[in-house]
Amino acid sequence: MSADSGNRNTNTEPWGSFDDNLIQGGGSAVIDMENMDDTSGSSFEDMGELHQRMKEEEEVTEEAAATEDQEDGEFLGMKGLKGQLGRQVADEVWQAGKRQASRAFNLYANIDILRPYFDVEPVQVRSRLLESMIPVRMINFPQKIAGELYGPLMLVFTLVAILLHGMKTSDTVIREGTLMGTAIGTCFGYWFGVSSFIYFLAYLVNAQITMLQMLSLLGYGLFGHCVVLLVSYNVHFHFLFYFLWLLCGGLSTLRMVAALLSRTVGQTPRLLLCGTLSVLHMLFLLYLHFNYHKIVEGLLDSLEGPNMAPMQRVARDVPELSLNATMRSLVPQLRAH
Amino acid sequence: MATAAEEEASRPFAGLSDVSISEDIAVEGDISVPVGPSARRDDEFSTLDEPVKETVLRDLRAVGKKFVHVLYPKRSSALLRDWDLWGPLLLCVTLALLLQGGAADSDYQGGPQFAEVFVIVWFGSIIITLNSKLLGGTISFFQSLCVLGYCILPLTAAMAVCRIVLVAGSGAVSFAVRLVVVTASFGWSTFASTAFLADSQPTNRKALVVYPVFLFYFVIGWMVLTFSPSQ
Repeated sequence: MSADSGNRNTNTEPWGSFDDNLIQGGGSAVIDMENMDDTSGSSFEDMGELHQRMKEEEEVTEEAAATEDQEDGEFLGMKGLKGQLGRQVADEVWQAGKRQASRAFNLYANIDILRPYFDVEPVQVRSRLLESMIPVRMINFPQKIAGELYGPLMLVFTLVAILLHGMKTSDTVIREGTLMGTAIGTCFGYWFGVSSFIYFLAYLVNAQITMLQMLSLLGYGLFGHCVVLLVSYNVHFHFLFYFLWLLCGGLSTLRMVAALLSRTVGQTPRLLLCGTLSVLHMLFLLYLHFNYHKIVEGLLDSLEGPNMAPMQRVARDVPELSLNATMRSLVPQLRAH
Repeated sequence: MATAAEEEASRPFAGLSDVSISEDIAVEGDISVPVGPSARRDDEFSTLDEPVKETVLRDLRAVGKKFVHVLYPKRSSALLRDWDLWGPLLLCVTLALLLQGGAADSDYQGGPQFAEVFVIVWFGSIIITLNSKLLGGTISFFQSLCVLGYCILPLTAAMAVCRIVLVAGSGAVSFAVRLVVVTASFGWSTFASTAFLADSQPTNRKALVVYPVFLFYFVIGWMVLTFSPSQ
């Protein structure tokens, strides 16, 4: 024991003597792993570190001595000053470069974060597409929701393509913006926005669903929308559209609702969550249909009557409307005067 | 006791010397460095001093050779080896210019059309490339952009044909002719690009990579088909 304390007193280096780690165990025969240094697995590395540290210390003392000399002597030690300045600048540049490189690496590596969500087989995608129209009745046990992003992403792009088709055939004129921008904005906005909103609500009511699962669920729910819109943009029968809206829209909504029900506890949370989702999902299909389709005159009049479709972008009967508006605004003014 | 512990502990670190970080980064699978230009630059270091006409002609010839590869797509790796983005740029600009002057009520629909084509082509290609990389593809980013850009050639040719047909008239017959031409060129584009891209994918996932390519050329083909000139 006295020998140990004697050894410990011989600490000369500020970083703690190399002897500490080997002697910690004292007289025990077992080497206590807890007391080992991180790199003390191999003494080779320890020696390397030791040498490195000694060299660095030498350099530091050298530099300190050099600067002292410079400061003591006259200020014409340009070479020394430039050397040190140069070294500092070089060091700075090296650090900046390293920081940039690591930032770029992290940015690139971020793409790899998405890689596991794209790990699917075509058979799986096909079966998930078909299953998205089949509601599952089991709501007492959390249903399994696939967490993949390939299918939903492709479905959103398909919806964009179908929307473009609908917009072109309906001769929609977009005044501020482009057709493509509107279509992409609508579809991606719906997918991300409604997913985030429902995820937020689920977080509030403590439902067991992750953001990825919500994105995936809603994405696959757009399959019904794609089918309905593909048919209704080409066959302009309103009864057919309403029937498909109820059938396909309803089925895909029921599937999503059942999945959410199985993961929520309590009547009010369930009502809130599933009610919101169904309303948004069904209304989105209505919006897509009525906004971007060509009204076939004769057929429409017999079915819809005098109702104008909401949010008409194509200006119809502009002279009449503007005339009425002007009349309405002018008549009170005339009356006032 | 100490030496045994040392040996045991040093063995895990033994393999460290041959581990390189680049294995973890799924970068370009077969790092096919474009051999052509750099080798030439090493041999004749006076390409900087050569007349501009020669440089331009050499690049044009390279682009032309790749056009031929697209027109007769067979499993060659020439497109992938010396990729360049001049061809796609030329094709994109030509397509956008041909799509100008479309029937629109307002004047400022002409502007977005040009930008629309650019955005669709380039962002579509980027997304398809990212998708194919995420699915485990071995092709590099710019190689994929190059292939997708070059395979727009049939659709650009179809656009030129459509414009000519539209000069003659815009009735049902012309629509039928245009439909046939655009469908054929769309199929050609998709087939050509899959001939180059599908090789870089594992066999059972080819369909997953081909579908977005199909959508991409479908959208471009749709833009070409629904183009109608202003009166």
